[in-house]
Amino acid sequence: MERKTKITAEDGKQELVITREFDLPLELLFTAYSEPEIIEQWMDNEVVHHESKKHGSWQFRKKDKDGNVVFSANGVYHAFVPNEKITRTFEMDNTHFPPQLEFFTFESLTEDTSKLTMHVIYKSAALRDEMVKMGMHWGINMAHDRLQEILTKTAK
Amino acid sequence: MNLRRDVFQAIADPTRRAILLLVASQAMTAGAIAANFDTARPTVSKHLQILTECELLEQEQNGREIIYHLNPQKMKEIADFIEPFRKMWDDRFNKLEAIMKNYKPKK
Repeated sequence: MERKTKITAEDGKQELVITREFDLPLELLFTAYSEPEIIEQWMDNEVVHHESKKHGSWQFRKKDKDGNVVFSANGVYHAFVPNEKITRTFEMDNTHFPPQLEFFTFESLTEDTSKLTMHVIYKSAALRDEMVKMGMHWGINMAHDRLQEILTKTAK
Repeated sequence: MNLRRDVFQAIADPTRRAILLLVASQAMTAGAIAANFDTARPTVSKHLQILTECELLEQEQNGREIIYHLNPQKMKEIADFIEPFRKMWDDRFNKLEAIMKNYKPKK
């Protein structure tokens, strides 16, 4: 199995690092983070607000089929340098999770490939682990959604 | 209908988690496993089939009986709680890559 996305999360630390190499030129990779329509496509979220500049703010949310907001997050950009870096805060609304600090570094590897490094800092090591475990719940939910989709299609 | 089984989907069910705990203590037959649950025997068989399909359980023929035992290698995989988180990001980034490969700048 291909493992392009790597995660480093040392025991007891309040940070983690996610790295990923893309078969995309650097400019295209950065576009996926700067164009609201593109962010909506791959993050599967609605971009409510996106002020891509220093001290600009952002807000994403996701609604279910009935229009209920099931996910909403916001934050502030501390740096937004095209093809180089994004520094931002990330806070999930209506949860007990405090904001986290995220450093995104964009690098060119070759003409056609690039690399993203996400360095995320949480308020505590325990909160980091809790956030990571939520990934498991999402994974299960996504699996259920997929199953639901397949079942709906089969039923037709 | 035969769906490809997902390990995390398999362990999302409380009965299946209970079966894994039971078999972890000792390998046993389907009958012995079913005797520990109030659920109907065919329901337990279905759970065993799912757990076997996603390789959390292994079957071993012993005369006329089939003995179920735990696959420690697969259990280790799910014990690593980072893996689902990594998978989530990997899926997301794969999507990003696919979208950007078809991206046409609006100029």
